[in-house]
Amino acid sequence: MRTNGKQHGYGGDMVFRERVYVGEILRGLWITIKHVLRNIFHMKDMPTVQYPEQKPVYSDRFRGRHRLMQRDDGSPRCVACMMCSTVCPADCIHITAAEHPDPSIEKYPERFDIDLLRCVYCGLCEEACPCDAIRMDTGIYEIVADSREKFFVNKEFLLNDDTHGTL
Amino acid sequence: MELVVSTLLKIVFMLVLVIGLVPVVVWADRKGSAFIQDRTGPNRASVAGIRLGGLVHPIADVVKLLFKEDVRPANVHGALYALAPFIVFFVALLTYAVIPFGDYLEIGGKQIPLVVADLDVGILYILGIASLGTYGLVMAGWSSNNKYTFLGALRSSSQMISYEISMGLSLLGLLLVFQSLRLTEIVAGQGGLVWGFLPQWGVVIQPLGALLFITAVFAEANRTPFDLPEGESEIVSGYHLEYSSMKFALFFMAEYANLVIGAALITTLFFGGWNIPWLSRETITGNAGVLLPLFLGLKALVTGIVAVLFFRRAARERGKFGDGRDREPGLLGGVFAVICAASVASFALSPWRAGPEVASVFASLLQVGAFVGKVVFFCWLFVWVRWTLPRFRYDQLMGLGWKVMLPLALANLVITAVWTALI
Repeated sequence: MRTNGKQHGYGGDMVFRERVYVGEILRGLWITIKHVLRNIFHMKDMPTVQYPEQKPVYSDRFRGRHRLMQRDDGSPRCVACMMCSTVCPADCIHITAAEHPDPSIEKYPERFDIDLLRCVYCGLCEEACPCDAIRMDTGIYEIVADSREKFFVNKEFLLNDDTHGTL
Repeated sequence: MELVVSTLLKIVFMLVLVIGLVPVVVWADRKGSAFIQDRTGPNRASVAGIRLGGLVHPIADVVKLLFKEDVRPANVHGALYALAPFIVFFVALLTYAVIPFGDYLEIGGKQIPLVVADLDVGILYILGIASLGTYGLVMAGWSSNNKYTFLGALRSSSQMISYEISMGLSLLGLLLVFQSLRLTEIVAGQGGLVWGFLPQWGVVIQPLGALLFITAVFAEANRTPFDLPEGESEIVSGYHLEYSSMKFALFFMAEYANLVIGAALITTLFFGGWNIPWLSRETITGNAGVLLPLFLGLKALVTGIVAVLFFRRAARERGKFGDGRDREPGLLGGVFAVICAASVASFALSPWRAGPEVASVFASLLQVGAFVGKVVFFCWLFVWVRWTLPRFRYDQLMGLGWKVMLPLALANLVITAVWTALI
């Protein structure tokens, strides 16, 4: 910053017109009143989203709440390979594996719990999944509950629930 | 008896104006800041669906503050801590006594001057009361047993003392011109015209004095760019940090009451008070047969247009929210339609044949309206400036007060003195 060697803070780097303040203040007032008038007469163009009535529209790539994909028979597509829970930086995915009755499928998740309060919504789990079993494409971002326990969601919830908002 | 009744009525009018303007200015502060920053601002609180663009929010705020717990921190200085907000609020309301809000009202052959107390030392009274306000802030800051409040109080006292000097000096020039300390005479003296076309307002005769006075009033009212006593970034919220509930609300209301009084002072001293430029009282009473119907017609036209706009909006946004809020545009349109209808209906009283008594009352009301309008404009100026300018740094504030404004005020005084002596 150019200071002209004058004492800093007394307008050493301002020209005389700026140091008089009055003209510059009037210029500032003109700028702000332009905003006021524009916003009064063009209320609709204001970028504010009136939240509960209007919802923001996010892109398709938005990472919302997770869901588990189903096979044709409704069982989870997950094979309990633990890739997602291993890669998870927040350590929020807890899987208990069990042997699958079908010999062509090795394992299935007996339990598949996600702690939504720990999750950082980074999306690494869906990147890591080898069989496209976990996805974050629900677009749900209003994740609300009245106790911490309710944020600890299980396999059935992740497989079937499509409630928007409250758990 | 008549004196008591009329004085009481005038006090009530002034109190209603000031206390009524406080929530409106708070609302303007919030809504204005929102519009300046391209936001929508408060629009949620409602009474049975009536939101008035957020004007209901101050009511909600007051209700909230009334029911909040009054926390009293440990080791405060009891009596001073309790007394400080009352002093601040009391002092903020005192100044209104001497501000003339109209010329006079003529009822039944009696002339009632429209000022609560017509002191012959009006300006001295104002300056004295304004400096009393500092005591409340200092007491609050010192008794709260908190370093931030203490620093805020120190800042406010030194700032007020610094700017009171240039405030007083900038007024001296005005006193030399009008040769009176009485506010009614100062306002009456601003009624004429300079060079036949400019209104003889203080700002025209004393432009530098007006600029200095307005700046000093901003500092006295602790408004941005001089709101250092409560600089959030350095000392949290300054002298009222340790106050809660209604005690805090008193500080808050006193701040806005000071703002309104600052606007009233600027109006009275430099912008002609209740004077309407180019429309003297004689002009109004003489042409009441034209002006009164014109006024009523304009009122009917404006309210009619507003009512139509509201009704159109009601039709366009039918069922938008699905609750009480849908009723709002229709109701407001109805209110404006009633005012419009009343204005139209008053033509049945044939206002163009108004007698001298009606004309006199009409002139008085028009002047009171002019005063209120000017005060509202300067209240908006306070809001406008607050959301335009950043806060001064403390040494910059002192530098401006002592090294710029004081010499300018002195120069203004000397030049005015020489000028008045020569003429």
